[in-house]
Amino acid sequence: MSELDLQQLINAAASGKRPHFFGDHDVDRLLSIVWAMAAELAVTRERLDTVERLLAERAVLDRAAIDAYRPDASAAAERGQWQIEYISRLLRVLQQEVDALQRNAR
Amino acid sequence: MSPQATHDDIARFNFLANFNKYMSNVVVSGNAVAYEHRAAPRWSAQYGHAPANRREIRAAMSNDSYYQMWSALRRSGMEMRQQAGRSLVLRQMQALRDRAHELNAACAATLRLDDSIKIPRYQSELDNHCMPGSYYAEYIEGDVSSAANYDAGMFATTTGLFGRYLDGAGRGTAQWLSRHRPGWQPRRILDLGCGLGHNLLPLARAYPLAEVIGVDVAAPMLRYGHARAVGMGLGRVIFQQANAETLPFEDASFDFIYSTMFLHETSHAALRNILGEVRRLLASGGVQVHLEQPPYRGMSDFEQFLRDWDCHYNNEPFWSALHETHLPTLLADKGFAQADIFETLIHAVVEDEMPKVSAEVEDFGRGGMWYACGAAA
Repeated sequence: MSELDLQQLINAAASGKRPHFFGDHDVDRLLSIVWAMAAELAVTRERLDTVERLLAERAVLDRAAIDAYRPDASAAAERGQWQIEYISRLLRVLQQEVDALQRNAR
Repeated sequence: MSPQATHDDIARFNFLANFNKYMSNVVVSGNAVAYEHRAAPRWSAQYGHAPANRREIRAAMSNDSYYQMWSALRRSGMEMRQQAGRSLVLRQMQALRDRAHELNAACAATLRLDDSIKIPRYQSELDNHCMPGSYYAEYIEGDVSSAANYDAGMFATTTGLFGRYLDGAGRGTAQWLSRHRPGWQPRRILDLGCGLGHNLLPLARAYPLAEVIGVDVAAPMLRYGHARAVGMGLGRVIFQQANAETLPFEDASFDFIYSTMFLHETSHAALRNILGEVRRLLASGGVQVHLEQPPYRGMSDFEQFLRDWDCHYNNEPFWSALHETHLPTLLADKGFAQADIFETLIHAVVEDEMPKVSAEVEDFGRGGMWYACGAAA
């Protein structure tokens, strides 16, 4: 299974109609994206907190070293892959809508 | 047997657990305020009377912006919990399958799969509580990912109130049974819709001499649950693929039959068939008990309206019907004597360090307390 196929499977919707709650359905969609983003911000914050605490605990480096850091090619590629996963997680609701449209067309 | 979680996977569930807690401790109560000060007066002005039942309250509230926001956040949280679990589990589904296979092979006699068992229509029509693929989807041969996802995410959904091993209801049932029938030793125990056996293992621990059987229609749950039990040193527990409406056991062959949060996931017809099977299987002197969210009778219309959310927006199609069903009457219809039928409350039994539910703030189903209905044979 390719990475993109796996992402599709991970982000699949449950069967059944997705309810909407706001008069304007676009608001439901937007909220879904914003809230997923809020979660991912919390995930990042938690990871950063772990890193900072470990670094401080072990006196490995100071804050200035973090600001000065530049990724090499492999680190940059890993970061790129992470961004793809990140974006597909945020845009889950769009994928599900397209999946449903395609399913209904069949 | 649990999936290997990364720092980010754990952080994602931490967020969802805290979000769920905040929603039920803080945000949900705003609905009552919005109803009292905004939605109900608006409804009264339009129709000349206050909303008369939970359906009218829902109609009134569905136009209220606070309820809309709360609902949309809650639905998003449900979907994100599934996404987080699937993102954790599906990337390692081969490894989990192989691990389960290895553990299952060590106690092969107690995992009894039957591929002639069909998923009943009331399960296959709609993915239960927004769980893509429900309990039974298999993406690879011998898949256990649906069960691993269920296992991984339940802690976040229930915010720890079901205990470290999510077995608070099973431990509560074992405790209830030991108090209800001190010294009694059931010879054979049956858990209906056991899923991955969270609430089955405590009964096996409480009654080490009993033959303990869990049945479910979903093979991934049974494979994973059996492997998990073997890993916990309980390879004697039997995980059997069977439909609770037509069970492959002899008449009067069980002393204790129970279910936890199972009946609301069955249909009107299936519920009656299942209780008929319990009647057939329960030995003389035996007892059955079913743990559920409480019935709506006796609750305020507003409370009913809030609890009914799951039926409309969380793919729980039989939720309302079950909570309007008078289970004692149903048991009487199946031939149990009125004097032998009972209703009670069963509390979760969880580790000391886990959060406890207080009687005042209980949130049945997600909290650690259940309505229970049963009968002696």
